[in-house]
Amino acid sequence: MKHMKYAVATVALLAGMATAAQAGTLDDVKARGKLLCGVTTGLAGFGAPNDKGEWAGLDIDLCKGIAAAVFGDASKVEYKPLSAEQRFTALQSGEVDVLARNSTWTLSRDSQLALDFVQVNYYDGQGFMVHKDLGVKSALELKGATVCVQEGTTTEKNMGDFDKANGLGFQPVKFKENDQARAAYDEGRCDAYTTDVSGLAGERTALKDPANNIILPEIISKEPLGPVVRHGDNQWGDIVRWTHNATLVAEEKGITQANVDEVKKANAADNPAADAEVQRLLGVTDKMGEGLGLSNDWGYNIIKAVGNYGEIFDRNIGPKTPIGLERGLNALWNKGGLQYSPPVR
Amino acid sequence: MASAKTAATAGAAANTLSQTKPPFWRDERVRGIIAQVAVILLLVAAFAFLIYNFLEKQSKASGPAISFDFLTNIAGFQLSFSIIDVTLDSQIGHMILAGMINTLLAAAIAGFFATILGLVVGIARLSKNWLISRIAATYIEIIRNIPLLLQLVFWFGAMIAMLPLVKESVTIGDVIFLNKKGLFLPKPIFEGSIIIFILSVLLAIGLAGVIARWAAKRQIATGQQFPTISANIALIILLPLVTYVIVDPIVWEIPVKGGFNFKGGFTVQPEMTALIIGLSISTSAYIAEIVRAGIVAVSHGQTEASLALGLKQSWTLRLVILPQALRVIIPPLISQYLNVVKNSTLAGFIGYADLFAVIGTSQNQTGRAIECIIILMGFYLAVSLIISSIMNVYNKRAALVER
Ligand SMILES: N[C@@H](CCC(=O)N[C@@H](CS)C(=O)NCC(=O)O)C(=O)O
Repeated sequence: MKHMKYAVATVALLAGMATAAQAGTLDDVKARGKLLCGVTTGLAGFGAPNDKGEWAGLDIDLCKGIAAAVFGDASKVEYKPLSAEQRFTALQSGEVDVLARNSTWTLSRDSQLALDFVQVNYYDGQGFMVHKDLGVKSALELKGATVCVQEGTTTEKNMGDFDKANGLGFQPVKFKENDQARAAYDEGRCDAYTTDVSGLAGERTALKDPANNIILPEIISKEPLGPVVRHGDNQWGDIVRWTHNATLVAEEKGITQANVDEVKKANAADNPAADAEVQRLLGVTDKMGEGLGLSNDWGYNIIKAVGNYGEIFDRNIGPKTPIGLERGLNALWNKGGLQYSPPVR
Repeated sequence: MASAKTAATAGAAANTLSQTKPPFWRDERVRGIIAQVAVILLLVAAFAFLIYNFLEKQSKASGPAISFDFLTNIAGFQLSFSIIDVTLDSQIGHMILAGMINTLLAAAIAGFFATILGLVVGIARLSKNWLISRIAATYIEIIRNIPLLLQLVFWFGAMIAMLPLVKESVTIGDVIFLNKKGLFLPKPIFEGSIIIFILSVLLAIGLAGVIARWAAKRQIATGQQFPTISANIALIILLPLVTYVIVDPIVWEIPVKGGFNFKGGFTVQPEMTALIIGLSISTSAYIAEIVRAGIVAVSHGQTEASLALGLKQSWTLRLVILPQALRVIIPPLISQYLNVVKNSTLAGFIGYADLFAVIGTSQNQTGRAIECIIILMGFYLAVSLIISSIMNVYNKRAALVER
């Protein structure tokens, strides 16, 4: 049973054996021949098996990108589905190498859990979804409403804060797994469902009648979602961070999955008109891979495997997908958003 | 003469045998003790290592030391369900207490129904009627072979799918309402005159006891039987009922429709109901088998003797078989009750706020994993010990019935 595993992991932690494997994640991954990636148990657009039974989503593409950077092969990933409650213990105890699972970067998680949030691959906030026929237009109208929520999330406390600030007297019904929370909402056990807006958009596609559900305008929190690694292995943290950054720089420079070979050729080392940053990103010059413990074409491999951030976004959660999210805060910094990579230099 | 002599020699030989003790490693008892001591020592060493290792790490780590101070922090989250009052301003310790009460409540109710259901199914399983016994056997097989989590999710799913929406609530006389959000019942609010009512209940029970004793005495003396059970049931119902009508000790708070939910009254939520149904049914299948084993263990001669004495079939079961079967039934029954408590930790999957779920949230909000696990283990250990000691006391008394 899953929660037993979680209890056992906690006991293992208590025994102090868990953090033994701290440094050298990269070596472990290489020796194993595959990356262990902690993902959701199923959230459309972010991490869920598609109709072919293959994992797909924004977070999944991050896992693939890391595998491409390390092995030059995006398929060398084993996905480990983790519920909200299990995820951090699983990472702490070494069950996964990295968590790419819509997890919010908070002070307490960053400091108390001995974990590091290395980047933000989706800027989000918490919202509410209701059945259209409830006739509610604002979260402030939800006085005394029953609200379904998943346990082990930042959601629980945000909801309490919002409730207190506005005197709403919510009646929460909390579930360990989102399948049950979603089903309970879908069946009408709850008037509203609350989680990250991205999560709501993803969950909505899994409802019986998605069109009959609206996401209310109030955003009640900041939820910067990003990949997480264990404290104390900085090299591994760098690899994960720069995997996301590489996709941002690629978007900035107009490098796509389709044109990356062309761009690489066009920016050959002996070309005086070449873009120096593109050359470094694609491993043409400057051996940027060495500092990461990777081959110099790590950046090329990532883009070849999953494309740039814009492509990843559009493919998984963009306006043309059933999830239908706008770039918003997740546009590049020079397009009015917050996605910003430090320079590849 | 010769044979007596051989016997004597044999006796002497036996004597010398018992005097030259075998080496201690050949002595089964000594070996047993040594093995046990070794195992205990190993266990103690293992625990000592773990604790030492942990403390060592704690002293080096920058993280906060173990402390239960967080229990007085304001929780800031709500519970799906609680018997005691909890608000967003309650302390975490208070939330955990509410979780403990929720666990005990659900487990106690589920244990009660599981016992009754298990008894019925176990007896049905032994029925001479082929159909009844097959149905019982099928029930047991199906239930025991489906993982409990699946059963709980099934019951919960079925319940919320089948119950009517809030705006289509089913009602009985506009005082009881049933919909997806639960069963809304009038809540009793007690007046001072409740004392009189309680007294009348006690009086009825006391009188029933007197009647039972008198009837038993008369039966022993004269052989005449008295319909004790029916008479006492009538007494225990009628006397309090009459008193109730006269003193009217309870005012009922009727649930009324508010914005999204019914307000006032007492709510039985579908999560709790599904948990209790699921736990009761799954446990009842095991209890049924225990009951069956217990009954089968009573030799058939007992039944024959009892029937030969002219006792009815139902009396034979109640007066002869069950009391003896109890001796076999109780020890495994204890572990079933322990299982109910332990299995109730699955509650969080279907939205019921049991201790395990509340601890999960508390740990998530405070990062106090180790403290939370300690509370969790302490609670379940304590409950297990209490249940098994109560049942052991009862078992001792039941076991004495043997002659
Ligand atoms: N960002 C929040 C919530 C993340 C979260 O777990 N969201 C839920 C609801 S959308 C989810 O993804 N569940 C999927 C699962 O449990 O596998 C957090 O980090 O606590």
